[in-house]
Amino acid sequence: MTLNAFLFQALNGLSTASGLFLIAAGLSLIFGVSRIVNIAHGSLYMLGTYIAYTFATRIGGVTGFWGGIVATAIIVGIIGAAIEFVLLRRIYRAPELFQLLATFALVLVINDSALYLWGPEDLLGPRAPGLRDAIEVLGRRLPSYDLFLIFVGPAVLLVLHVVITKTRFGRLIRAATQDREMVGALGVNQAMLFTAVFALGSLLAGLGGALQIAREPANLATDLIAIGDAFVVVVVGGMGSISGAYLAAVLIAEVKALCIGLGVVDFGLMKINFTKFTLVAEFIVMAVVLIVRPYGLLGRPQGAVRSIAEAEEPIRPANVFVKALGIVVFAALLALPLFANYSPYLLVLGIDVLIAVLFAASLHFIMGPGGMHSFGHAAYFGLGAYGAALLVKWMAAPMGLALAFAPLAAFAGALLFGWFAVRLSGVYLAMLTLAFAQIIWAAVYQWEPITGGSNGVVGVWPPAPFNKATVYFLLALALTVPGVLLLRRLLFSPFGYAMRAGRDSPLRAEAIGIDVKRVHWLAFAIAGGICGIAGGLFAFAKGSISPETIHVGRSIDGLVMVLLGGLQTLTGPIVGASVFAVLQDTIMRSTVYWRALLGLVILFLVLIFPSGIVGTLVNLTRRIRLRRKAAT
Amino acid sequence: MLTKRHVFSLAFASLLTGALPAAAQDTIKIGELNSYKTQSAFLDPYKKGMELALEEINSKGGVLGKKIELIVRDDGTNPGEAVRVAEELITREGVAMITGTFLSHIGLAVTNFAGQKKVFFLAAEPLTDKITWQNGNRYTYRLRATTYMQTAMLLPAATEAKKKRWALVYPDFEYGQSAVANFKELLKKAQPDVEFVTEQAAPLGKVDAGAVAQAIDDAKPDAIFNVLFGADLAKFVREGTTRGTFKNRVVVSLLSGEPEYLDPLKDEAPVGWVVTGYPWDKIKTPEHTAFLNAYQKKFNDYPRLGSVVGYVTLHSLAEGIKKAGSTDTEKMIKAFENLQVPSPFGAFVYRASDHQATMGAYVGKIALEGGKGTMADFKYVDGKDVLPSDADVKKLRPAEAN
Repeated sequence: MTLNAFLFQALNGLSTASGLFLIAAGLSLIFGVSRIVNIAHGSLYMLGTYIAYTFATRIGGVTGFWGGIVATAIIVGIIGAAIEFVLLRRIYRAPELFQLLATFALVLVINDSALYLWGPEDLLGPRAPGLRDAIEVLGRRLPSYDLFLIFVGPAVLLVLHVVITKTRFGRLIRAATQDREMVGALGVNQAMLFTAVFALGSLLAGLGGALQIAREPANLATDLIAIGDAFVVVVVGGMGSISGAYLAAVLIAEVKALCIGLGVVDFGLMKINFTKFTLVAEFIVMAVVLIVRPYGLLGRPQGAVRSIAEAEEPIRPANVFVKALGIVVFAALLALPLFANYSPYLLVLGIDVLIAVLFAASLHFIMGPGGMHSFGHAAYFGLGAYGAALLVKWMAAPMGLALAFAPLAAFAGALLFGWFAVRLSGVYLAMLTLAFAQIIWAAVYQWEPITGGSNGVVGVWPPAPFNKATVYFLLALALTVPGVLLLRRLLFSPFGYAMRAGRDSPLRAEAIGIDVKRVHWLAFAIAGGICGIAGGLFAFAKGSISPETIHVGRSIDGLVMVLLGGLQTLTGPIVGASVFAVLQDTIMRSTVYWRALLGLVILFLVLIFPSGIVGTLVNLTRRIRLRRKAAT
Repeated sequence: MLTKRHVFSLAFASLLTGALPAAAQDTIKIGELNSYKTQSAFLDPYKKGMELALEEINSKGGVLGKKIELIVRDDGTNPGEAVRVAEELITREGVAMITGTFLSHIGLAVTNFAGQKKVFFLAAEPLTDKITWQNGNRYTYRLRATTYMQTAMLLPAATEAKKKRWALVYPDFEYGQSAVANFKELLKKAQPDVEFVTEQAAPLGKVDAGAVAQAIDDAKPDAIFNVLFGADLAKFVREGTTRGTFKNRVVVSLLSGEPEYLDPLKDEAPVGWVVTGYPWDKIKTPEHTAFLNAYQKKFNDYPRLGSVVGYVTLHSLAEGIKKAGSTDTEKMIKAFENLQVPSPFGAFVYRASDHQATMGAYVGKIALEGGKGTMADFKYVDGKDVLPSDADVKKLRPAEAN
């Protein structure tokens, strides 16, 4: 790689960085003020690409393209405001992170709407009028549109900077980012502020999308790609820091451009194809940054979030009613194989539900009582699944041994990554867990000779008699029930109390001699281990596994299950996982637009159960009981 | 208004009814599973092709005196989900055989499932060589020309170009990796002095097109072998054209002549690239004209390659059932051996040796006509001319699959 080639790739990196920055800036603003992890931000970006494409092709010419970009940004801003106004405003009082569930549902709905409106084909927009060509730089041709983008990023940064530092609106944003309760107490109309910030963030997403149509086709995969990139940039830069986001965008884009520029390098002993690192470069950058600087490049420690949700009740051991219910459910499950001849599919679905329950329960263990919101729990599911499958593939291990190894592999992985993760808190911890999961995913994906690469491991079937659904279902039951009970038992042991103390009041917990970090670390590892059992069961239930078992999609499914059931109750994850698994199965075969339907059902559930299904029911019964007491 | 209790009972009721086996009917049920949501550009036309074939078969009275009933499911673009959907199709819907899948890893998972559960499976689209070779089994046949076949079809053009320095660019997953591995091996054999000056592995759907096009240009190759497709291809073509990456260079490219990937490029279709594809408006054989007319009449749209694959998949199954005289799995496996199937591309057979269909593809050069990309100087390459011999593939397959 010559110096000129190197410098030129740096220019390429800058133009990519502008694109990244625009998606990330809006997300950062929204999170800073409203603390909403807005997964639908990528969907707004995608809408931007489609709407701008429509303007550019229907109206055409200079007006259609450049005017269309401005119009698109405004339209997407209005859509964002509408989302805040109609949906999110109703659930601000829900427990932390619950809004994530609503935005996840929006992702599904928006994606299917785009499919309905614009059709399945990729739509490549026209080149930018006036910037169709390239200019000569360093003996190479740089598209003039790329040059334009290089300046757009800093220009938007400058405008945002002025708005935030010099205007009243900006002061309010800063104040709300630091302490939104205080802002409310001082008489600022919070509702207006939130709507305005959401609209501004969405506008930026729309603008970012619209600007890309000259470079890439509008397509239905953009939403998830964009949201992944945006999260990484925001976290690396520091949540809420706009200049940090730009810096992070430049850093990530440059690292990637460098990897691509290096290509295949011969080190004598081995050849390394650096382009392969582009798959995971941003996550490696994120992991390194978060380990060295826990709040991102330019971030500050998060201000205290005094929850505006109702105060959480301490968890209580099961009362007679719950215990009886548990026994009835268990008996019903035991009896399920009796129906097997009548309806064999019930067992297939049952196995999936049990696996989902164990997965969700282990995630809930650290998320709820532990207060550690892991966005990368699939890592431990995947380690369990791969641990078991690879043992079978390479050592021809029997199933029993492989199933026993699954939690060990996951436990070891969680022990390693947990050590780093528990040093952070809040959304930074969440993103570090995500980064680790993505790194494992990429390693599995690319280590083809060992893991089977993108195809995964094929042919991991249980031996007789477990190849019968009936027997395998009982095996799954025999592992899931003790797993869930063990997690529950731990929560009521001194260890569990220490963990909860560490969550609620780390300082006081330290003061009475609890090593909070170590307790949380161990909890993280235990949850990982239990999750590994689910992974092992999954591998043998499906007969083959692929890197998707580790992918972020599965982590998000886990979050959805836990939140759907209710973060603050112990039966929540069980109910949430069952409902989600069954819903998905039923809805997937009921309509072509199953994603939209699933999204709408989740939105519906979110609105009627604002503390999760179990959480809301528990609150309801408690309120009724209190009212009765007051009446007597 | 719905109360919460209603919601619960609804959910519970749907669980129960959802899990009941459907009543048996006097039709032949075929289960089809595919990644309709995420690969819709290909699979939307594919589904239409299936519908056309279904109508043709059933309007003639079906097969064995029974109508064919197609039960279509989304596989969630996920092997785990796909296996569950396959089980659902078999246990709940009681289908006699399954077909479909698009992505390699899902195709492989379902192939393996079919082997384990002893179900007949016709893999329609996934290209990975492993489905019929390394991971093949008795129960699985495959229609579409494989990665190896498509690469081999392009080899004559690559060797005739007589270029020494080649750059490779591919999406970083099994399809791209094995296409590049096949290409390197085949080209090295044909032209030992060849040199591969750079290899760009791009994350699927996330190619950093500007940087990649530039890096290829900087490596100063004489020729480029491209495996990118879909949105990645569109980005790469636009950036590469602006930056002059393709100027005075031979480009050989997999699948880029398929309408699914070529049409979005509109007037920016990269003229002169040697590609495999499907020039639907220029194939004048009677079989194809009949298909084209029927398709356009039914859907008021032109067929994509997916349409052909869907159409031929269902017709293959119908032919197989006819020959087998039943839907029994063992009889189906036997019937598919050397089964001859007429298709819009002409008749082809399912080889007994590796269960691969010999349906070929069109190889030609991309040209611009009336502001749209199309193929010129194309010819049909029969799959049987690029497949290894029966003896060779038997060695590639696991012993129990033969």
